[in-house]
Amino acid sequence: MIAEPTFFDVNLAIDIVLLVMLLVVAGAIVRTRSLLTAIILFGIYSLVSAVWLVVMDAPDVAFTEAVVGAGISTIVLLGAILLTRGEAERGDWRRLIAPALVCVTVGGVLIYAATGLPALGDASSPVNAYVGRAYLEAAPNDIGVPNTVTAVLASYRGFDTFGEVVVIFAAGVGVALMLGFGPRASLAPPPQVMGDHHVVLRVAAKLLIPLIALYALYVQFHGDLGAGGGFQAGVIMAAAVILHALVFGLRETMAAVTPKVARSVASLGVLLYAGVGVVCMMNGGLFLDYDYLFPPHIEKEIPGWLLGGPESAHHWGQHFGIMLIELGVLLTVAATMVTIFYGFAGRSVDDAQREAKR
Amino acid sequence: MADVLAWIGGGFVVVGVALSVLGAVGVLRFPDVYTRIHAASITDTGGASLVLLGLCLISGFSLITLKLALIWAFVMLTAPVAANALANAAFGSGHKPRIGAFQIVRTDERRKTPRGTDAT
Repeated sequence: MIAEPTFFDVNLAIDIVLLVMLLVVAGAIVRTRSLLTAIILFGIYSLVSAVWLVVMDAPDVAFTEAVVGAGISTIVLLGAILLTRGEAERGDWRRLIAPALVCVTVGGVLIYAATGLPALGDASSPVNAYVGRAYLEAAPNDIGVPNTVTAVLASYRGFDTFGEVVVIFAAGVGVALMLGFGPRASLAPPPQVMGDHHVVLRVAAKLLIPLIALYALYVQFHGDLGAGGGFQAGVIMAAAVILHALVFGLRETMAAVTPKVARSVASLGVLLYAGVGVVCMMNGGLFLDYDYLFPPHIEKEIPGWLLGGPESAHHWGQHFGIMLIELGVLLTVAATMVTIFYGFAGRSVDDAQREAKR
Repeated sequence: MADVLAWIGGGFVVVGVALSVLGAVGVLRFPDVYTRIHAASITDTGGASLVLLGLCLISGFSLITLKLALIWAFVMLTAPVAANALANAAFGSGHKPRIGAFQIVRTDERRKTPRGTDAT
């Protein structure tokens, strides 16, 4: 929708308020010296961005921004800050001149370029007139999944998404190679404190962790119908594990979800995704062409009513293919996030100092 | 009927938002950690409850109502626990309340003597 030039437009007002908030938070991040404050402010920045994306009618992106930006990256950064100092160094201001010039120049060019963009929701813009429209028209017939975002992400652009999953897996492997898969030495048992100060926290966490995992599964399988999918679900699943580690201690969590399990599951997800593609190739299709997921003689046997009418029978392969690769995404994302968290949280400050000296 | 419900719901939302704003003012104005936590948590839980109740009335009875009820349950579960954990951490790191006379009875000191052997 294009903002009508009225005296007071509610959507415009909300946009302006949110963008001003983003600007203020960004300014505060630059100004603060405390790294802890900066991390929390980054979380707030992501949350406000997510709200703004909802206002822009992009719930899938907003969902990802909320769980990744405000959730998991805040926790990973907090894990990292434990290994370093909490304050940024006060550097010489003259060294900031060149970076500031680059920032101002790039910002100016971007603002200049933004004036040439088509208006929001302009029906004749290239995005809406050509490829987006083609997807919206063809997806119900080709894929048969109500959420076109999922159809594009998992089926039309399945190979791109495979690349993303491999990137996440590679990032996890990279962190693990640098920091280790978990603790170097066996973790000390938690100190025996007399009297449990955190009993409320423990009880609530015990109640919440299964619910969070259940919600992750809901997001996972609801991805065909609405906002959601493997990436968001994977991060939420990892959040359940990390919450357990934060409340009950890393030792307990590593006994439940061992680092070995985490890294095996991360590889298994990529393998599942690629395996679906290879099965499609073996049945005569292209890589990740889900229409060939089932051999024709099996596809013939599937009754049409299972998917609501004989005309949707040919969507069977698409439905199953999307479900399987989303499962692969979930496994890889969740296990990689847990591995990265283990990598950061499993190190003690002593480890970091010893290695810094070497 | 639906119009009236929507107006009542809108009223609830406005009151809830006003409560949350009051909470934000409290966080800025109150003197120490504990009163600030108090301001933030109570007004947030109450404000969110009122906003969700208002949204329930506006949306009418449907699946959305159930989802809003679940969100409410989640807020009621997490917000007080977060406030408790925050206050606990502040207490553990030695923050003293600034206002009011108080006596700190630490549970760990109280239990140094095994249970049942207290003289009292």
